[in-house]
Amino acid sequence: MRIEGKGRVDRLAPVRFRFDGVEYRGFEGDTLASALLANGVRLVGRSFKYHRPRGVMTAGSEEPNALVEVIDGRQQTPNVRATVQEIYEGLEAKSQNRWPSLKYDVLAVNDLASRFLTAGFYYKTFMWPRKFWERIYEPLIRRAAGLGSLSGRHDEAEYEKAFAFCDLLVIGAGPAGLMAALQAARAGADVILADEAAQMGGRLLADSAEIDGKPAQDWVAEVLAELEAAPNVRLMRRTTVTGAYDGGTFGALERVGLHLAARPDLPRECFWRIVAGQAVLAAGAQERMIAFEGNDRPGIMTASSLRTYLNQYGVAAGKRVTIFANNDDARQTARDLMAAGVTVVAIIDARPDASVAEDCPVYTGAEVIGTTGRHGLTGITFRYHGGEVQLATDCLGVSGGWNPLVHLTCHMNGRPQWDGALAAFVPQAGAVPGLHVAGAAAGVFSLGHCLAHGAEVAAAALAVLGHKVAPIAVPQADEAGYDIMPVWEVKGSRRAWLDFANDVTTKDVRQAAQEGFASVEHMKRYTTQGMAPDQGKNSNIGALAVLADATGRGIAQTGVTTYRPPFSPVSIAAIGAGGRAEGFAPQRFMTSHSASVERGAPMIEAGLWYRPSYFPRPGEVTWRQACDREVAMVRSAVGVCDVSTLGKIDIQGRDAARFLDLVYTNVFSTLPIGRVRYGLMLRADGHVLDDGTTARLAENHYVMTTTTAAAGLVMRHLEFVAQAYCAGWEVRFISVTEQWAQFAVAGPMAKTLIDTLTQADLPFMGCALVQLGDVTARLFRISFSGEQGYEIAVPARYGEALFRDLLARAETLGGGPYGMEALNVLRIEKGFITHSEIHGRITAFDIGMAKMISAKKDCIGKGAALRPGLLEGREQLVGLRPVNDAMISAGAHLFAPGAEVKRENDQGYVTSVCYSPTLGGYLGLAFLQDGRARHGEMVRLVDHLRGIDLLCEVSDPVFYDKEGGLLRG
Amino acid sequence: MVNLIAKSPLWGQAPLVSAGVTLAEVDLGQVTSIAPFDMAVPGFPAPNTVVADGAARLVWTGRGQAFLIGGPVGDWAEVAAVTDQSDGWAGLSLLGAGAVDVLARLVPVDLRRLAVGDCARTQLGHMAVIVIAVAGGFELLVFRSMAQTAWHELATVIKMRGARLAC
Repeated sequence: MRIEGKGRVDRLAPVRFRFDGVEYRGFEGDTLASALLANGVRLVGRSFKYHRPRGVMTAGSEEPNALVEVIDGRQQTPNVRATVQEIYEGLEAKSQNRWPSLKYDVLAVNDLASRFLTAGFYYKTFMWPRKFWERIYEPLIRRAAGLGSLSGRHDEAEYEKAFAFCDLLVIGAGPAGLMAALQAARAGADVILADEAAQMGGRLLADSAEIDGKPAQDWVAEVLAELEAAPNVRLMRRTTVTGAYDGGTFGALERVGLHLAARPDLPRECFWRIVAGQAVLAAGAQERMIAFEGNDRPGIMTASSLRTYLNQYGVAAGKRVTIFANNDDARQTARDLMAAGVTVVAIIDARPDASVAEDCPVYTGAEVIGTTGRHGLTGITFRYHGGEVQLATDCLGVSGGWNPLVHLTCHMNGRPQWDGALAAFVPQAGAVPGLHVAGAAAGVFSLGHCLAHGAEVAAAALAVLGHKVAPIAVPQADEAGYDIMPVWEVKGSRRAWLDFANDVTTKDVRQAAQEGFASVEHMKRYTTQGMAPDQGKNSNIGALAVLADATGRGIAQTGVTTYRPPFSPVSIAAIGAGGRAEGFAPQRFMTSHSASVERGAPMIEAGLWYRPSYFPRPGEVTWRQACDREVAMVRSAVGVCDVSTLGKIDIQGRDAARFLDLVYTNVFSTLPIGRVRYGLMLRADGHVLDDGTTARLAENHYVMTTTTAAAGLVMRHLEFVAQAYCAGWEVRFISVTEQWAQFAVAGPMAKTLIDTLTQADLPFMGCALVQLGDVTARLFRISFSGEQGYEIAVPARYGEALFRDLLARAETLGGGPYGMEALNVLRIEKGFITHSEIHGRITAFDIGMAKMISAKKDCIGKGAALRPGLLEGREQLVGLRPVNDAMISAGAHLFAPGAEVKRENDQGYVTSVCYSPTLGGYLGLAFLQDGRARHGEMVRLVDHLRGIDLLCEVSDPVFYDKEGGLLRG
Repeated sequence: MVNLIAKSPLWGQAPLVSAGVTLAEVDLGQVTSIAPFDMAVPGFPAPNTVVADGAARLVWTGRGQAFLIGGPVGDWAEVAAVTDQSDGWAGLSLLGAGAVDVLARLVPVDLRRLAVGDCARTQLGHMAVIVIAVAGGFELLVFRSMAQTAWHELATVIKMRGARLAC
């Protein structure tokens, strides 16, 4: 019901929205909750376990009941708090956790069976028969459990991630937060003020307080105008600071487009990382419920939320309102409602000595003991002077006191402290470095004191940063405290709810204690209290008070569970913003990319690089046809392959040679200028790190190549070695991978092709600078294919042109491009290793390169490589040829023929396989126990995954041109 | 005689003018990494700064490493390892009032604090970047092979900023 003349919604801006298919009207500035209440809709959802009818309970982000699904085009967002969701034209929301409809919900039978569904029910019930769990119980529970549903489609909406920096982050824009921001703004600090609501002001917008003798809302407007105008202040509305992390970093979630109909490119949410010099937590406090029988019916709300709906939204949540409270603050709700013309049936005050001076009946020393109304409250029963009184009422405002929102102070394992006078936990000073707590969050509960405290705490925080702060004037406001008498529950025989979202009652908590789950952490897990979307914000303190009572311990001794980030729910999509599809990782493209794609080459990912798999010709249907042709082409004519992805590191300095001798197992200081040498690099633990060729371009200038896979790893290794072991050495290096586009030209016609480009008569493993017109290129005579081969490198800007040119020349000679598949076949035929073989657990000994560890010098990993166990009794690299040339697979395991196939008999494994068109059959590289001594023997190859079980002949890993005659030309 | 056609990393990419910024590829000219053998060599930039070197700029890019952008190597070859990087990096310029705001989506450092003459080696999304503050905005150097991704990421956040501004 709307109240004329009240609220901050724009009565001139009506907004149409739908809830469960019914169209309603609200106003701009309404939340879904306020608009539904204004339309008299009280039933908005069903509870998690018992499917009890539920209505709006609060007016804030802590709402446990009014969780809805918002449908927006392709988006379906579950568990949206109706108290947070602002309405917009065309908003479509649905109630959840009900079938077939909100009013008639089949699983409401759970409520009838509630005596069997108490804490621990799952653990006790679904234990046996054991095999029923996976097939029957779990699917059944999964279907019944959970709140809301997803669309099952990808979330393709925009989300944003952003970084912000400031001197002072003020969290919360209520009275303390506004004063803190104002103090900091006037001191000239770089300030961010973040508040979760659409409008800043906190409770000042919801209460009818006065500041400096005028309405508090006017003061808020003035302060905000000053802050908006200040160039050193950023106001972040709709932004919830969700977590406190190391180094003054805070996570924050901004609702950017969720309050608007979807529009192109507008992010729904933005996840901020805010790095603050210091921070002020002015999150305020949250009103708590009292547990009494039937306290979960629609129409039973927190007393302060009734005030919020009235003063901020101009909505009366009921026609005949009753208040049940244990403190003075709730009186203001009754007064505000009466002043607005709403009937307040009674104030039921648990305090025997409370004042009765109100314009409505006040029952002191009384407590509510029961409620009626299936889909909405119709009446209550309360105990008064030993008798029971019944009242017809459609709305009950409850206040069990206020909990300071200490959560962020606990995100680094700090524990709040019990304050008996306030009957609440208050933050421990210094729990999060650099985070200062102000106002109600610190247990300061009067408006006047909050204003002063905000300014004072901000000044202290700024002093830490070295700012000189002139204290600002604190405006005058009410300084009266709120007199509270702790009341946690009204004991009765039937269910009294603590955790509304997860349907946990006082009975569950007592049962947990009785069954031995008496610690607060055990109780939480046994009952699921505090594990719903509200993360126990509405129930933690009440539950532990009941637990304290059940165990005979005090509340302080019982303690709280750990509050962890996030403070309120954060969508995964916001945390992972920008990481979907092509945003997942950078795409690295070679200069030949478009030329390859134009030729229909499927591009495959090699790390971040995209490389052509093969180059299909017309008529080729399978990759194998293209691959076989490309292999034959290289073996018979000439092939061109872009090998730019190999890591290239430019190494210079008087100690460059000495440095290479240290990092490589073999000697590079003796390498003549203009020559290239294959090198093997070990990790400090003696295992192979990488291999590659290094060329000496000048006396003190080398260029190293690494494998594509280990380019970054090798660079890091070199940096470490240089910085940790080579202090004072004159050696400098930098990656030139991106600088040079490099192409392999391989095959018997390779020299013919190169000769058409440039004049260079290079010996095998020679290198030289050559001219291609004006461009100086680097020519290397090296080969990864086993054929006579060159690699030619040009500055990357010429890469595409050279690639296309090389292809034209190769095609003229009967050759063409070859891709990764052919490259792999060529190297397996030749027995060359890749990281399939040097996978991190392999030594030089294993791959038959122990002799490459030079005896004349030390190198990284040399000592460790000689450790016992690394030189004997190991699996060694061998070649495999299956009998009958049948297909074999990488990943298969090897056994002695006739041996039982079981782990204990495992003799090795296959690392690489290919079909060799050159040799007409499958080839494999494998590690086999004592393999080098077993050439010519048979082994049994078993791959259970692919159903392969056959015999292979063990051989030398080099299948093709063992003497290397072709290579050397 | 072969005459090879040169192509810039984002060859053919038209500038993007939107949401208060202009994103364009820039030709950095000659880029040479300078790694002095003696760190205390005069004229070498302090961390996160750029020093003028004649018509060129010497941009700090890491421990004992700077990029000489837009000029010849000169005498540096005598005291430092010099390596041509002209083709290894894509140059982007992001100019306009919204430049800081756009980069705040991708770069985890406070770019408001970078004045002309400052630089930072940091991240742009998932990739490494060298950010140089210039009059009216920033120049960004990313690996040549990642230029398309850098453009895509920047264009995406510029689009989102445009949508925010339109609200």
